[in-house]
Amino acid sequence: MKRGNLLLAIFVAFAVVASACGGGGGGTSTKPDVIVGSTNFYEQITLGELYSQILEANGYKVTRKFNLGARDIVYPALKTGQINILPEYLATLLAFVDKDGKIAKPTTDKNETLAGLKKALDPEGLTALEAADATDQNGFVVTKDTATSKSLKKLSDLQPVAPTMILGGPPECPQRPFCLLGLMSVYGLKFKDFKPLDVGGPLTVAALEGKQIDVGLILTSDPSIVAKGFVLLDDDKHLQLADNLAPVVRKDLLSKDDGTLTKLLNSVSAKLSQAELNDMNKQVAVDKADSKAVAAAWLKKQGLIK
Amino acid sequence: MKALGDLVHWLTDPANWQGSHGIPVRVFEHIELSAISVILALLIAMPIALYLGHTGRAGFIAINVANVGRALPSLALLAFGLVIAISLGLGLGFWPTVFALVPLAIPPILTNAYVAVREVDRDIVEAARGMGLSEGQILRSIEVPLGLPLMLGGIRTAAVNVVATATLGALVAGGALGRFIVDGLALQEYDQLMAGALLVALLAVATEVSFAALERATVPAGMRAIR
Repeated sequence: MKRGNLLLAIFVAFAVVASACGGGGGGTSTKPDVIVGSTNFYEQITLGELYSQILEANGYKVTRKFNLGARDIVYPALKTGQINILPEYLATLLAFVDKDGKIAKPTTDKNETLAGLKKALDPEGLTALEAADATDQNGFVVTKDTATSKSLKKLSDLQPVAPTMILGGPPECPQRPFCLLGLMSVYGLKFKDFKPLDVGGPLTVAALEGKQIDVGLILTSDPSIVAKGFVLLDDDKHLQLADNLAPVVRKDLLSKDDGTLTKLLNSVSAKLSQAELNDMNKQVAVDKADSKAVAAAWLKKQGLIK
Repeated sequence: MKALGDLVHWLTDPANWQGSHGIPVRVFEHIELSAISVILALLIAMPIALYLGHTGRAGFIAINVANVGRALPSLALLAFGLVIAISLGLGLGFWPTVFALVPLAIPPILTNAYVAVREVDRDIVEAARGMGLSEGQILRSIEVPLGLPLMLGGIRTAAVNVVATATLGALVAGGALGRFIVDGLALQEYDQLMAGALLVALLAVATEVSFAALERATVPAGMRAIR
């Protein structure tokens, strides 16, 4: 046992010296410097950590520029090269980049929206990599009790019971296509009443818990879903635009790389389901865990880093 | 001018006068919310004011403490009330708003009632005491009736303040007329917003006028000649 450790230590020491020499002498594959950015929102910082840590574990030199502000500040930073990787949301970014929808319009389909986004980003010298299943978009939740007693899993399950239920959401919900109007036209849901609250904030959570509403609008990656044990009803008829998470990168970064970077970031997106993202959001936002540690633990659990 | 047209159109649209989100329901909710807040404030402030006014003790301190209620921002009390109501299981909307409105209503009620009792002519009170009336009788049959118009003046001020401020309730998912203002803002429907503001102002004026009438009606017969 002891001898094993010693041998390992010697081996590691040699490896470090060898790699240091390799770097100095211009080795076979040079890895480009990566600068990961994020907006000022815990979910984005966790995502930034996931991207940073998997790249660092594979020998990339990563600079973190997190918490930069809103998209209006962070996106120009990506365009001008002050950062070269940014976690983004497909539909929202597409609408932001291509405001009039001349190049492509966001749809409810993940792949279609990703393709449209790539087209829109192309003239800006940017591209999007594979998108995760995880989204951050309008979601409708019920409490665990309601879900079990009325056997609800997806939005279309609400159809027979909606007339006895009260929907809660932001005051503008009854007139928005991605809220009550969409629930009526796409799912044919007619609720007993609508209660104006906030955008998936503390009022909606309290109203759900206090049984003043039966169904509430909460963003799909909101930490309260895990923290309060709410059941997020699956958008089985695809009412919402595809706001799946994907890394947006500068093309000049990819051209300096041998394809490893793309492969690594895609492996993160492939494992990032809604439940996994929500669990990390809950750890960071509710339990106040360090996003660096949460990201490291998740990457290890998924077998993406050792 | 277009805004005025929109406002008239909104107010005359029959759809806005029906159902659980219509104007009559919201007006009723507004009156209910305001009335309960003022009644609770009366229950708290009146016994204190009458006791202090009658005995003449510590009035200065009590009034200054009550006046802190005027200085506390109702918005902060609302947020605080929300936390308390949720932890007590009282829900959103109604009770958090009551919690914010009661401290707003206490100072005018307390101050006016205290002054009303204090300002009753001491000769009358002394004469009553000399005739053998008990302290309770003095308060009930002399100090309160003579001070009633002034007391009602305080309640009037409190009620008007409460009616105008009860709109805050919509911020914590309450009903009442504030709903039109908050929802109008969220939807950028300025006709709805203005209609809400107008209805609140009208209700406040109506409160003012009815209390003024009540005040006039309660002036004791013997004092009317003075006016």
